[in-house]
Amino acid sequence: MAFAAFATAEAQPQAPRKTSRIALLLLLPGILYLVLFFLTPLISLLLTSLQAPLEFGDIGQYQYAFNWQNYVDVMTAYWPHILRSFGYALAATVFALAFSYPLAYFIGVKARRWPLLQSLMLVLVIAPFFISFLLRTLAWKQILSDESFVITSLKALSLLGPDAHFTGTPFAVIFGLTYNFIPFMTLPLYTALERLDLRYLEAGSDLYAHPFTVFRKITIPLSMPGIVAGTLLTFIPAAGDYVNASRDFLGGPDTQMMGNVIEANFLVLLNYPAAAALSIILMAAILVLVGIYVKRSGTEDLL
Amino acid sequence: MSGEVQAAAVLGGLAESEQTESGRRPTGPVRPRRVGLGSWLLPAYTVIAFVFLLIPIAYTFVFSFNDSVKSNIAWRGFTFDKWLNVCNVEGGAVCEAFANSVIIGVVSTIIATTLGTMIAIALVRYRFRARSVISLLLFLPMATPEVVLGAGLAAQFLAVGVPKDMTTIILAHTMFCISFVVVTVKARVSSLDPALEEAGRDLYGSPAQVFWRVTFPLLTPGIVAAALLSFALSFDDFIITNFNSGSVSTFPKYVYISASRGIPAEANVIASAVFLFALVLVIGAQVSRAARVKRLAKLG
Repeated sequence: MAFAAFATAEAQPQAPRKTSRIALLLLLPGILYLVLFFLTPLISLLLTSLQAPLEFGDIGQYQYAFNWQNYVDVMTAYWPHILRSFGYALAATVFALAFSYPLAYFIGVKARRWPLLQSLMLVLVIAPFFISFLLRTLAWKQILSDESFVITSLKALSLLGPDAHFTGTPFAVIFGLTYNFIPFMTLPLYTALERLDLRYLEAGSDLYAHPFTVFRKITIPLSMPGIVAGTLLTFIPAAGDYVNASRDFLGGPDTQMMGNVIEANFLVLLNYPAAAALSIILMAAILVLVGIYVKRSGTEDLL
Repeated sequence: MSGEVQAAAVLGGLAESEQTESGRRPTGPVRPRRVGLGSWLLPAYTVIAFVFLLIPIAYTFVFSFNDSVKSNIAWRGFTFDKWLNVCNVEGGAVCEAFANSVIIGVVSTIIATTLGTMIAIALVRYRFRARSVISLLLFLPMATPEVVLGAGLAAQFLAVGVPKDMTTIILAHTMFCISFVVVTVKARVSSLDPALEEAGRDLYGSPAQVFWRVTFPLLTPGIVAAALLSFALSFDDFIITNFNSGSVSTFPKYVYISASRGIPAEANVIASAVFLFALVLVIGAQVSRAARVKRLAKLG
């Protein structure tokens, strides 16, 4: 796994010590870039989140201060959005895992005998990446709109009430998040399952284990690194997403997530401190959740 | 992260990760199986899953042929018109946005690939202190939600008083691409045989000669894969762009803004054309790679 790839590099024995000046030259430009355009912006964000409105100032004018009240304000104003973000992202992650596991199992284990089929199926998994993320989401909106063939037939079959909607509901947002992040779930699962040694499974069934027991006791633990990587790759972007939940896409007024209010505060209301405070809350919550999750799943070497 | 690396490997079709080609893949002796419910359930599920994944793509493609007037929602008949006159709608706004996206993608890919490749080589080949700090600095941008990256940069540009234009978009895209380049290229550097470079040095090659004649050509597949991934990430990015673009339009931003009043079919044309181009490129690379593996297997 790539998380581990960062940590395990120490094991390279071929490093001559004296050339560390070259290393410095190689590292410096890129690291400087990240310090300047990743680290400093985070600090800017933190400072902005504590700003207070400029006295007698215009809309969008703020001065540096230690206005902790901003955090209290956004928490009281936007707690439903914060809960929704994590709730929707969690649901989407669970659905994506349930959808992707059998798919990744087929590609990584069952299709091993046909390498070309295997790689073509991988191309199909990432094919959605090749078409605009926004257009894909809009396509679902139109396919599942109230006048669409799918919804009208479901209504005709009485599987759906006559006044039921799909777009604009929490279910639609979770559906969109799930769909959009499935490739991020399937690929790491595939990587883990592709390395699964089938002899372990045979050993399990030789010892008269029920296939379900074999799956639960052998397959799942061995694919754990893939499950952890896939769930993180799905959960993190899903929690911060605001396209699916946007009113023009799959969401409605009651499905707005943290990303939507950050966007609205920053770009429309010009309430930069509120947007910054929400961003800091989002980032801190994700770091804490990811830390706990990685610890509990017993894959500390990921970070 | 690994999903992207895998995507890059598929994209490149060249950057063979070690486990797929060096035959380390563990395959036990295949035992005869009962033919039953289980044997067709999984393939059937796979087919249904792929159909589900491809539905919106098919929809976008089909509606690029829709003879629509303004918004492209109801089917009004088949036409090639939109494909032939892509730039004629709204004074060419779609094409301008598309061109901007390509320029931004190319420039940020070049910068990110250069910086990222240098970091990847340094991380694998040299020992130095602060390695864990650097690893964390590379990991964090990938673990940060895009909305936070976008708002952070926007807050910084605001604080410094930099106006948002094409440059700020390129600066933003380069930032989030670097880490993905490092991860992708690093996999390739670690799989290089150091003996090849030693041979170069033994033959009195200068460090520069060894790098450009031996190391760099061997790294090329990884670098190409990283560049393709980087371009794809940049081209499709909306969230970070939206915070740092000012009045500059990119293709995703165009789609987002026109979503409320209806997307013209021309946007579907551009998306479909990009999709077909990428698909042909990737499938071609995969097929030629499979052929190469077969040829090598025959030789061995």
